Amino acid sequence: MDLLNAIVAVLNYVFIPAASYGAQLALGALGVTLIYGILRFSNFAHGDTMAFGAMVTILVTWGLQAAGVSLGPLPTALLALPFGIAATILLVLLTDRAVYRFYRRQKAAPVVFVIASMGVMFVLNGIVRFIIGVNDQNFSDGERFIISARTFKTMTGLNEALVLKTSQALTLVTAGIAVALLFWFLNRTRTGKSMRAYSDNEDLALLSGINPERVVIYTWMIVAALATTAGVLYGLDKSFKPFTYFQLLLPIFASAIVGGLGNPLGAIAGGFLIAFSEIGVVYAWKKVLGYLAPEGWEPDGLVQLLSTDYKFAVSFAILIIVLLFKPTGLFKGKSV
Amino acid sequence: MSQPFLIGEAMTGGYGATDILHDCTVAVEKGQIAVIVGPNGAGKSTAMKAVFGMLTLRKGRVVLDGQDITGLSPQDRVAAGMGFVPQTNNVFVSLSVEENLEMGAFLRHDDIRPTLEQVYHLFPVLRDKRRQAAGELSGGQRQQVAVGRALMTQPKLLMLDEPTAGVSPIVMDELFDRIIEVARTGISILMVEQNARQALEIADQGYVLVQGANAYTGSGQDLLANPEVRRSFLGG
Repeated sequence: MDLLNAIVAVLNYVFIPAASYGAQLALGALGVTLIYGILRFSNFAHGDTMAFGAMVTILVTWGLQAAGVSLGPLPTALLALPFGIAATILLVLLTDRAVYRFYRRQKAAPVVFVIASMGVMFVLNGIVRFIIGVNDQNFSDGERFIISARTFKTMTGLNEALVLKTSQALTLVTAGIAVALLFWFLNRTRTGKSMRAYSDNEDLALLSGINPERVVIYTWMIVAALATTAGVLYGLDKSFKPFTYFQLLLPIFASAIVGGLGNPLGAIAGGFLIAFSEIGVVYAWKKVLGYLAPEGWEPDGLVQLLSTDYKFAVSFAILIIVLLFKPTGLFKGKSV
Repeated sequence: MSQPFLIGEAMTGGYGATDILHDCTVAVEKGQIAVIVGPNGAGKSTAMKAVFGMLTLRKGRVVLDGQDITGLSPQDRVAAGMGFVPQTNNVFVSLSVEENLEMGAFLRHDDIRPTLEQVYHLFPVLRDKRRQAAGELSGGQRQQVAVGRALMTQPKLLMLDEPTAGVSPIVMDELFDRIIEVARTGISILMVEQNARQALEIADQGYVLVQGANAYTGSGQDLLANPEVRRSFLGG
């Protein structure tokens, strides 16, 4: 019984939250890694692109809610998501036209792109806060839990409860669909293959008649869709606050780099690795050890390795270790 | 037909302010093999790149199949019927062999399977490895992928920049055999080679360049028989 309780506690407090957080990071990191692989720079505006997409989705969700439209048990935000994606595609294509294309024509060094993307980041930052404000926004509706604490306890008779939030299940399912679609697109379609070819060898892609501007446009569109989806799922799971999205940049970059920049599979693995380490390190293991340890050996302290306030240190530490010992990441990626 | 199928005529130009090519002329007839040889730094690869439009000419012109293409970009020249195999980085290493070939045919919108079959027929080893990433292949196999990729556009002219660089002598002989086979299908071949003797043996037309200018021109056999050429460039 104690062992079962321990397992349920780990699943409830570590595994499920880390899995859904990992899926959100993976979607974010996929966007970063695609931009790096094809436009060859680290896009610092990615977190705020996510915020922008989530913001538009929230505004449309509120509109739908006011109009009385709902999806029943599912959050209305799912209906609003396509609008958010469309608006974000428009936004990133406009920024590409206005900012990045200029530097592409100049054949500017990657670091120039990075700095330009920081400029874009600050502008987006301002736009989002100007439109929706700096505060927490709640936009989730529908059924909150798939399995609530009480149902689980009465069902199993255990002390510990396994809670599965709708947003968590939704995150995993949506992320799974998005990733499957992305990989199908990259590996099976002509355009997807041309994107991989362009990422692999720019000069040879030109010789084969692949149009770089086309590839760039498709990349931005996919990235916008991924970023918006990631932003909305994160907002549904936690809450929407522009500053949080800016802070997400670090774990997202850590995920992409750990997995190997430019490698989509690596971005997914990196996302889960970062999420599991972060949550594993900031979780107080007292309860779990209490179940597992022999009589009288239960720890007195919280057995929390790091306070939640320092959770970003985990991303940093992993990032530094990877850059020191395996600069191309766990999967074959480009060196940073 | 008085004019050759392809001619880069009196080409003068270089990458920057200084000219590398001086009044250099290379030409290929339909279905024949022309080889550019010469000492290091003679401008062999530069001459090839000039024909392909990778550097701007100050003087001279390039004519393909009666059409003046001097003003076209390399991409437009591919569409006009030129295939180019660079010396290095000539495959997509992370793509499978078959995907490499598909990307070669990117500009085409018709059915590419017959051409794919032709390439597999020419290079049977590629059929066995078609699902493998091109980066995992040996040097000789990679060169076959590179040549195959260029053939996928169904070019009228195939340009090879040192196709045998870094491969073993046995593989080199085999590659040359394949190149002859390609030429027999009616594709003209313009090739730069370090292995001058072997290359001239299969060449219908040879060009010896020295310091960016034509030093000797003639059929492959003539050049091999020429005592001057033998002494200076073929090591006796």
